[in-house]
This record gives sequence, C-alpha cells and structure tokens, in this order.
Amino acid sequence: MEEKYIKHKYDPILPSKDEWPVVKLARERKEFVKKVSENAQGRILKLTSNNMEILKEELETTRYREKLRIKQNPWVVDPDDEGAFWGKVKESLLHASSETSLSKKQREAIYKEILESITSRYSEEIASNFKHQHYKFIRSVVTFGFARLLNAARVKGFRSIFSNQYTLQDKIQITGETDQLRDLATKGTIVMVPTHFSNLDSILIGWIISVLGLPPFIYGAGLNLFNISIFAYFMNALGAYKVDRRKKNLVYLETLKTYSKEAIQFGCHSLFFPGGTRSRSGMIESKLKLGLLSTAIEAQRKNYQEGITGISGKIFVVPVTINYHFVLEAPSLIRDHLSITGQERYYKENDEFSTSYKISKFLVKFFTKGSDISVSVGKAMDVLGNYVNEKGESLDQHGRVIDTSHYFRSGGRVTVDSQREEEYTHMLGRKIVEEFHRINRVFSSHLVAFTAFELIKAKNSKLDLFDLIRLPEEEIFIEYEEFKDACQRVYDQILILREQGLIKIAPHMKRSLEEIITHGLDNVGMYHAKRPLIRNKKGQIVTEDMSLLYFYHNRLHGYELENLF
Amino acid sequence: MSSKIFSDSSLIGVVGVGSFGTVIANMLAEKNQVLVYARNAEVVAEINENHTAQGKSMHESIVATQDPQQLCESCQTIFFMVPSSAFQDVARKFSPFLQPFHLVIHGTKGLCLDLPEGQSLDEVKNLDRSRILTMSEVLQKETVAVRVGCLAGPNIAKELSKSQPAATVIASKFNEVILEGQRLLRSEKFQVYGNSDIIGVELSGVLKNIIAIAAGALAGLGLGENAKGLLISRGMVEMVHLSRALGGSVKSAFGLAGVGDLVTTCNSVNSRNYTVGYRLAKGEKLPQILDEMEEVAEGINTVKIIKGFLEAADLRAPITENLYRVLFEDLEIEEALQFLMKYPFNVDVDFV
Repeated sequence: MEEKYIKHKYDPILPSKDEWPVVKLARERKEFVKKVSENAQGRILKLTSNNMEILKEELETTRYREKLRIKQNPWVVDPDDEGAFWGKVKESLLHASSETSLSKKQREAIYKEILESITSRYSEEIASNFKHQHYKFIRSVVTFGFARLLNAARVKGFRSIFSNQYTLQDKIQITGETDQLRDLATKGTIVMVPTHFSNLDSILIGWIISVLGLPPFIYGAGLNLFNISIFAYFMNALGAYKVDRRKKNLVYLETLKTYSKEAIQFGCHSLFFPGGTRSRSGMIESKLKLGLLSTAIEAQRKNYQEGITGISGKIFVVPVTINYHFVLEAPSLIRDHLSITGQERYYKENDEFSTSYKISKFLVKFFTKGSDISVSVGKAMDVLGNYVNEKGESLDQHGRVIDTSHYFRSGGRVTVDSQREEEYTHMLGRKIVEEFHRINRVFSSHLVAFTAFELIKAKNSKLDLFDLIRLPEEEIFIEYEEFKDACQRVYDQILILREQGLIKIAPHMKRSLEEIITHGLDNVGMYHAKRPLIRNKKGQIVTEDMSLLYFYHNRLHGYELENLF
Repeated sequence: MSSKIFSDSSLIGVVGVGSFGTVIANMLAEKNQVLVYARNAEVVAEINENHTAQGKSMHESIVATQDPQQLCESCQTIFFMVPSSAFQDVARKFSPFLQPFHLVIHGTKGLCLDLPEGQSLDEVKNLDRSRILTMSEVLQKETVAVRVGCLAGPNIAKELSKSQPAATVIASKFNEVILEGQRLLRSEKFQVYGNSDIIGVELSGVLKNIIAIAAGALAGLGLGENAKGLLISRGMVEMVHLSRALGGSVKSAFGLAGVGDLVTTCNSVNSRNYTVGYRLAKGEKLPQILDEMEEVAEGINTVKIIKGFLEAADLRAPITENLYRVLFEDLEIEEALQFLMKYPFNVDVDFV
C-alpha cells in the first residue's frame, strides 16, 4: 500500500519550443543583455545618488577588488582578457581624476562610460547561453543513459542493457504539488526555490523540470561549476546564467540582480537556490540569501507598476525540497561547517566534484547501487508568501482572495519603496523556510542518524558540540534495544507532526520499525569510506565518523525533536 | 471587492474609544478627518450626537461607526486602541475587511496567548515564546495587514488631553509606517520618535507595567524615594533581560518606550497598574480592586504570562516572580519585599 509516486511522463505544457520563454530570450539575447546593462547602470547611479564622487569611489573599489581576485583566485573559466580590461579601466579612472583640463561634465561622462563598460561586460558574462539543440541532446542523454545504467544494474543478464523495466523515475521520486506547478507555469511566471545539499541538485532539478513537461528554467549557477567542462556543458544547455561568488562588488551584484529581475519580467521561469550555497551543516536552510529573492519581488512590483495586473504578470514562488540518503560532498561540507562555526575564519573550498572523472564515477555508483532521491514540490505562493488557488489568486490565512498588488500600494498608487520591499523579502524568506520544513520528506536514514546522534549527545551532556564530535569513535556504541526504543519515540513524534501537516514521510517509512531501522542503517551515507552508522557484530549501533553522523542528523533539525531526549 | 482609490486626504481610523483611544482620536482630528469604531451602539450614538465618548469630550469632526467594513473601506491608516484582552477578538472581527494596503498602528501595552483550542494558561505546561504574542504579532497572525506599527511611550491620557507636552515612539519595521505616524501625530506639543525594533518597543511597554505595580506597592507601604530608585533600577535590569529573552533589542529598553515610560508610570498616581499595587499594599484584595476599576490594568495579565514563560524557559526574574506570588498566591507584600532585599543581586549592571 505504498503511496504512488509520479511515474508517467507529462506532456509538455508548451509543445512548440518557439513558445518557450528561454528560447525567446536566447533569440533576443543581444538586446536583452544591453537592456540589463542599461538598467543596471540606472540602479547604480541611483544608489550612488548620482553623486560622481561616490560613483568614482565605487568604480575604484570595484577595480581594486577585481585586480586582487585575478591575482589571488584565478579560475579556468576566467576569460583571458581580464587583466587587459581592468588595466584599461584603471587608465580611464586615472585620466578622469588627474586631467585638470577636463570640465565637470566631461569628467562625469568618463565615469559613466567606465560604468557602462563594466556593466556590459558583467551582463555579457552573466547571460545564459541557451541552445535548444544542446538542451534536447542533454535531456535524452540524461534520461536514456541513466536508464540504461540503471537497468543494467537491477535486471540481471546481458539483455538487461536493453530492458525498460526500470526508469529514472523509479530512482528519483517526484511528489507534491506538481499539477499546480504545471498549471501555473502556463499562466504566470514561476520562481522555483529548492533546498541545496549537493552539486548534483542543479542537474537533478533540470531533469525534473523537463519530466514535468515544463519549458526549461533559467537559473543562476555558481561560476565555479563552469570550471568543469562536463558541468559547463550541462549548465549552458539547461539555460543557466552564471553567478560568480568571488565578485562581491556593488557593480557586479547590481548587474546580477538586474539580470534576474529582467528575466523574470520577461516571463522566464527561474530557479535559484535561496540558501546561496550548499547547506554546509546538512540542516534545511533557515537563513536565506535574500539578494536574488528580492528580484522576484521587484519584478512583481514592476509588473504592477506597468499595469500588468492580470495573472500573466503574476509571479509564483514554488519551494522544493530534495531529499537524499547520501550526499557525496557530506564530509567536506560538514568539515567546512564545523570550521566556520568553530570560529576558524579561513577555510578552503574543497570540491569532490573537482574533475569530470570523479563525477562520472559517482554517477555510475549512484545509478547502479541504488540510493533513492525524492523531490517534493511545495505549494505555490505569491511573492509575499501567501498560498494561491487554482486560478492563481492569492489567499489570506483565512482563505479569502486578496490582491497582491495591494502590498505595493500606498495612497492608492503602486509606489517604489525599497525599504518596504526589503522587509517583504525577509517575510518571503521566512515563508519559504516554513514551507521547506513542511514538505521535507523524512527518510529512514534521517531517522536513524538523528536518533543515534541525539542518544550519544544525551549520554555526554557535559560536552559541547565540538568535543562531542571529537569523541573517539571506538568508544561509542548504543545497545540495539535502547536505540530501537528511542527510534520509536522519534518516529511517533514525526507521525504527530505529519498529522499536523508539518512534515512529510517517504513511503518506505510506513513499514515496521525493524524494517525502517534496517533500511535506514543500510542507506545512511552509504557510499562514504567511513560510514556514519552501522551495526557491529554484537548487534550494537556504532559510528565510524561522528561528524558525518552529525551532518545526516541535522536534516531533522528544526522540528524540536531533540526535546525527546 | 474594494479597490477603492485612497488619496492622501482619506479618513484616519481609530478602533476603540477607551481613554487612550479617545485622546489619540482627538489628536488625529486636529489635522485629519477621523472615523472611530466602537463596539457599543450607545457609545456610537453618544459620539455622533453629543461629541463625547463615555463622558470624555471628543473633537466635533469625529464620526463614529459600529461597522468594521465601513471603517476599513474608508481608511487607509487605522489605529487599534483596544485592551489586550479584547485585541484578538477585534482583530478577528476586522480581519475579513483589512487589506494588504492598510497601515495599522496599535497602542496596546499587553500580551496575548496563542493556545491550543480549549486550553487555558493554567493548563499549558510549556509556555514557550511561540505561544506568546505581542499585539503586532496578533495583527499579523489574524489579519493580512503586514505594514503594522506600534505606539508606545510615556503617554498618560489625562495629561495628553490637557495638551501638555509629551512624546511617543512609533515602532515599525516599515519606514513608511513610522513616517505616516509622524505625519499624523506630530504637533507643537507632541514629538514622535521612530524605532525599527517593534518587538523591543512593544515589550518595553508591556514589561514596564509589572514594575509599575511594584512601584505602587512600595508607595502604598509608605516607603520613600530611595526604595523607588532601587526598584526602578532593578526593574530596568529585569526588563532588559526579559525583553532580550523574548526577542527585543536592549537598545529599545533605554528609549522613550522603555526607561521613559517606566519612570513616568512608577511616579504616576493616575496609572492603573500603579493603583493596583498601591491598593494591594493598603491591604485590599486583588479581585475587589479589579472589580472596582473601569479599565483593565494590563500588568496583571502580563505578570501571569511572564511567570509562565519564565518557568518554561528556565529563567529567573525576581520582581516578577514575587509579584506573581503576591497577586495570585496570597504572599504578603512585606514578605515579598524582604525576599527581594535578601536576593543576591550582586552585579549592578551586566548587560551592556
């Protein structure tokens, strides 16, 4: 009586690719990039209150930081002419400030020109390179290739390679409000916000979007992923635009936000990981990066300002959680997390996905050995976090239809108030986090990891987290009966939360507790060299890596389950 | 549904015509057209016909209504001036008519509880922060209004009605709410400050009521100014700690709504909370005092809620705890005072 996952493939909601917003955007790429650059300049000039001294300072800071970045942190993907470009910027800046014969007007003109050259460079760099041919190819490779691998592993015998018994959808289960998502995608613009635990997420989500019959979404992918050729190809094909986290200067950030805002306004469905980067701790993101999120709100307000009050101008935010038994990068993520929270300010980013070879190896492992992933799609919300009905109308907490444009009105008009929108972004962020927790699906592995870690913590109540994690693993063991009792307590509480609609559980969680525990122990972090949790010969529960156990345990953080111990 | 276009000259709404509500309505009416809401048909008639509300005079231009819908449709900015015990009900009554464009500012210095259906405060074991709501949190929970603010500070209604100089704080996360509050209320005799820490400002206004009861009690015992200074200073420390535990910032406790209001209330014979303490010290019993008061003393309810919170959070707040025992467990005031004098407050200030 296991709950049915969505297994059929959906028909595309827009059969002709020419209607896809990304295709339209790709066709108009040149004009679009120009528009982004111009609007970004406008924003920056506004932010510097049109004061040339402030602008000059911003430009100089930008140039200085870019020089530093090029020297200290160069990447493969960086273009060759970077040094030359910033050298020229330096010259122009110098010229503008030292040339005494220039009038104020002329000087202004030079600064604006420099600004323009930087924003157009950034816009061009950020802009996606969607090519439909590549997209089609990638989609079939992913689906076909993975399905072959999967069948080869699960159905025995030589012929298995041609078997169609298993499809990718047996492996990656999609649940939740998929019909609503499909429906709203034909009416308005979708902004999808998934949780982020693994670099695999980007590809996974791209594939899911296509399974659901949705046209490709554009999304901001970390530029570091473009260092790896295999990823770069995937990303470009999937419509990704590039986000360079090294560049933290005002000009870049404003250009990036403008890009996102303009693309949403253009009608492109977008996706961003609101946590910013992968969750280091393994916890569901609770503090979101609000920069990109604010662009959804800004685009919505802008649509209202331009009088597009119908559903075609409405923006829907759809939270999505991705649930894993196993996160490849877990060891380095948790190491980072511990060293950051442990007050060591400096840490080096370390990517398991550093070479194409490693990724391929992981993928083969993943598809042949089996470790299920589920993706749950949450209810769509408006940009203020109100749920919407089937017509796409926003509802208040009592189910009354309300008009989203009213949030942007004062004195009867839609007004621009950046401080107000900043607050709205915070509110939206909180609503997304709540929805993440509600649609999070508990796996057996989360249950056992959580229970085991909390038991160990309770036994060593005098230790703080860091001492706890440094406990010698050989000295830790939990008797099976005790472990089972504790699992039962946590499990019962999870069922109560589920009744209240505060969490979801995977179908395998409806088996007997014994089976759940066995399933959980088999699956938790299954491909790590050191397993976070196993049963030893005496039947006791032991760990080989406390910090990994902590990582997987964190998935159930935020439900106050720790009060049970 | 209304998509009424509001212009800047639209009406200003005031919900509730207690003493503070009436004063604020009168102050608003100096510059604007004001529409007030009262639950009671007789009060509405009294305002519209005699220009008085329960005997207190009201500006002649003020119109009253009993219809929440009418008020919500005619006003873009609405002041909620109802006691905390009625706040949730009133918010629910207005909820079907409030829209996201409304700016709502409240002036209520109390707390509400968000308890599971059918449970009372005494039955709840774990009174954590999520169950305690400030008034702005009630508004956001019950209604769709998000641009909310609060009005707090040393604002004794009697003095305001005589146009004596005073000031207040409008706190909101939204600058536009603060600016609107200032635009509407500021006058030669009334200064309006802004603060973005709305929770901190609300909590300051709420928590100072506890100390006000204690101040009344000291006066009732006939103790002098030294004792009062001691109380205000220790009370301040307690306020800061409690406010912080409940999510306010320390800064706001030092502002007009914190120390400003505390000093005023602890010296004011007109304050209802002070009066409760005073009469208790004179030997009267709480039920009798409450029976005879026209309007609620918010501090009583606050003491109860904070006591529950302290237990759940495993925190200590000696003044509040002892006051609770005096109010609800028949501890003699003298004993409570003895206890406080012996309490080991070793450190003068440990929070800055």
